[in-house]
Amino acid sequence: MAVDAVVAKSTLPVNSSKTIHVTVNGVARASTVDARTLLVSYLREHLTLTGTHIGCDTGHCGACTVLVDGKAVKSCMMLAVQTDGCEVRTVEGLEMAGKLHPVQEGFTKEHGLQCGYCTPGMMMTSVALLAKNPNPTEDEIRRGISGNLCRCTGYVNIVKAVQYAAKQMAAAPPGGP
Amino acid sequence: MATPELGGIGKSVQRKEDARFIRGKGNYVDDVQLPGMLFLDLARSPYPHAKILAIRKEKTLATPGVLAVITGKDLEAAKLSWMPTLMSDTQMVLPTDTVMFHGQEVAGVVATDRYAAADGVAALEVDYEPLPAVIDPFKALAPGAPVIRTDKKDKKDNHIWHWEVGDKAATESALQGSDVVVREKLYIPRIHVSSIETCGCVAQVDAMGKLTVWMTTQAPHAIRTVFALVSGLPEQKIRIISPDIGGGFGGKVPVYPGYVIAVVAALTTGHPVKWVEDRTGNLISDSFARDYHIEAEIGASKDGHVTALRVKTLADHGYTDAAANPSKFPAGLFHIITGSYPFKAAFVEVDAAYTNKPPGGIAYRCSFRVTEAAFAIERLMDNLARQLHLDPAEFRLKNFIPPEAFPFPSVLGWTYDSGNYAGALRKAMEIIHYADLRKEQAEKRKRGELMGIGISSFTEIVGAGPSKTFDILGIKMFDSAEIRIHPTGKVLARFGTKSQGQAHETTYAQILAEELGIPVDYISVEEGDTDTAPYGLGTYASRSTPTAGAAAAIACRKIREKAAKIAAHLLEVSPDDIEWKDYKFQVKGVPGKSKTMADVAFAAYTNHPQGMEAGLEAVDYYDPPNMTFPFGSYIAVVDVDKETGQVHTRRFVAVDDCGTIINPMIVDGQIHGGLTMGFAPAMLEEIPYDADGNNRASSFLEYLLPTAVETPKWETAKTTTPSPHHPLGAKGVGESATVGAPAAFVNAVLDALEPYGISNIDIPLTPYKVWQAIHAKDPK
Repeated sequence: MAVDAVVAKSTLPVNSSKTIHVTVNGVARASTVDARTLLVSYLREHLTLTGTHIGCDTGHCGACTVLVDGKAVKSCMMLAVQTDGCEVRTVEGLEMAGKLHPVQEGFTKEHGLQCGYCTPGMMMTSVALLAKNPNPTEDEIRRGISGNLCRCTGYVNIVKAVQYAAKQMAAAPPGGP
Repeated sequence: MATPELGGIGKSVQRKEDARFIRGKGNYVDDVQLPGMLFLDLARSPYPHAKILAIRKEKTLATPGVLAVITGKDLEAAKLSWMPTLMSDTQMVLPTDTVMFHGQEVAGVVATDRYAAADGVAALEVDYEPLPAVIDPFKALAPGAPVIRTDKKDKKDNHIWHWEVGDKAATESALQGSDVVVREKLYIPRIHVSSIETCGCVAQVDAMGKLTVWMTTQAPHAIRTVFALVSGLPEQKIRIISPDIGGGFGGKVPVYPGYVIAVVAALTTGHPVKWVEDRTGNLISDSFARDYHIEAEIGASKDGHVTALRVKTLADHGYTDAAANPSKFPAGLFHIITGSYPFKAAFVEVDAAYTNKPPGGIAYRCSFRVTEAAFAIERLMDNLARQLHLDPAEFRLKNFIPPEAFPFPSVLGWTYDSGNYAGALRKAMEIIHYADLRKEQAEKRKRGELMGIGISSFTEIVGAGPSKTFDILGIKMFDSAEIRIHPTGKVLARFGTKSQGQAHETTYAQILAEELGIPVDYISVEEGDTDTAPYGLGTYASRSTPTAGAAAAIACRKIREKAAKIAAHLLEVSPDDIEWKDYKFQVKGVPGKSKTMADVAFAAYTNHPQGMEAGLEAVDYYDPPNMTFPFGSYIAVVDVDKETGQVHTRRFVAVDDCGTIINPMIVDGQIHGGLTMGFAPAMLEEIPYDADGNNRASSFLEYLLPTAVETPKWETAKTTTPSPHHPLGAKGVGESATVGAPAAFVNAVLDALEPYGISNIDIPLTPYKVWQAIHAKDPK
């Protein structure tokens, strides 16, 4: 219930802050953040990387998915201080030297997005999925993205977008962390 | 540089808006950050109905970062504690003495950031005295029920309105004269659009007293007018900006209390104020869809021809009628309920009730109650086929309104523009190999396996609407396009609608490309800023292509009229000798003697004929002569696990007809999404309330949006029957699939359960409900 959720937030320590060292999209950052600052707030509000979106605050929708040391995590479920010493990659870090990541290319070529709100999280999950399984079947893709909700596309074209990226990456693996 | 491809109508042009979205460079409301911006959070009621005895602000005001607490009493002083709904009912911004539903906004807390604001909400002390809550709409109308809207003078019950259409006596007599009549009670539960972006705004007042609100709204112009009327601010000092919108589906049409409180907070603090609701707030207080208790009956002669239809419905509106319907239609366009069939008599009545729930009756990818209507008629058609021992496809084919009967006057008063219903159903049957499936099903039944095939052949009604009947709060439901061609032949076009993912920047550009002969890459489309865009009623109810799309075509044709004269001037011929052919102005009978629109545009600013106004632009406010009537036939094939009640959708074929298609790729995407939002309420989604009035789906843990795993693998196909009255023949498509799909799923499941003789299971068809239905008939 709403009221309970708000109470839970208030039990976090408010005033303890910490300096963290994080590499975000290849840039080394030293930032002082409150202990309770969520990773998504750190990215969006401290670093103004607003490509990472908030959709549910409860870890269900996946709109806030980013890569932490290569692993897809929901950044509303992680504190910024937990990323001290880590490498974080967000949607803003997918395009390298003016060249779109094959996943980005796949999403636009296959019409894998409509309103664009779930898209950054969906793409980051897809990048992590393809790193682990470069040649997924349709069912593996559907399971792989099942932690990310999309309300617009019905997923058909998102599956195609990931398949497109898999094909491209088999031919020419992209650079980047 | 080579000229890019034209990308006109019928081409699957890549979406222009993707360039920013795939880079994380969209600009949604929560991305707006202004210097000195404060954050608003809302305290909410834990009770569905209670008196507020006291709100103590002290601890909240002592919380670090908190600057202000805004209550209903504060707003009352400025006469802002209540606001009108789109149906001319009233809704609280904040309560002064009574809360009406679980989760209702009780106070606003303004702080330096969203964490501090949440702390302030947690520290707020509110004393309540619980009152009896009225949750069941039938009990709400029973004599002696506690009256919910005691704020309304002389209101002695919870009845909001009664609406009816049709001939009651003729229907009664036609039903009595029918050989077969089926009756069914169908409950279509409360559901919630749950766009992945929740609602929110940023309100700012500048030194000149101008209010700018970046807002998650599908209808920015109407919102500006409503704000002006409610607040008394002069309308030119209000600017609504609807930036990128993360999904709307109708949930971003109403004005929610949070928007108004944010504006009040900005006016009182002098700082920009951001409000973005969290998912729980979104799920428990933003307007809901459906909640229709339908009792329907249809009759037929024994040779299988439909005769009459009668429907009685109770609509649960929550504590206020905040539906987003055209004002003359309190039950929306529910009287499209005779569907694809030529009923000779029909009578429909709807009563609306207040309950202690949040406002209901807005859209879920279809407002105006078309989904409720299509679901009821398509469910009843299957039950009637079963009674008549006819195959449901055969029964529909026997009854469809034939193509030559269009324009078809329906018995409840609509004039359907065009259709070929049998064509769509036959196509779907071919694609899915219907006859083979029926054979397979017969064999499976012998083995005791449950396989079902479900059909839905729906008729949609969109494109609201003709000004003589369609208005919202008195504002007529036209829409607009304003087109400027620059000297170098590049175009800026602005519209009164607002895309929320439908790709208007691309689709409208394609209409312009087709009509002006200018490539889509040279056309920029803008919407959503009331300071720049022409006035329009916004995007919902699949109205953008039928209204603003038509305005675009007509504005282009106005431009062409002037451009032809300039071309004649350049080619030194009479305007009568000029024709528009192959995207160029050509001298009749002299191939090769021609001017492009770009040539003409340059001349319009550098060498226009004496006596003619310079420039090349046009505006059109399009008032459609009729609604458009898209249609389709869907077939679902399901396998039901007898032991668990689990339904697996093996195939789903959707044949849609939305008239002329502007961009096939985008239309297919709209249908995929629409089907998923048809599947969701059929199988998964419901916002239930317990008997005490507690919302029991306040997060995505309980409110189950389909993931990629549950969602069927959609197969789509088209037929094309243009609208005779739309300048491009287009009909609109955004909601068709959400309207048509639910009945196909339920019909398929009930077809699978035919051996048990089950005539209905109310949606959503969760495994437990299906298992219960099977085991009630076969308890072993």
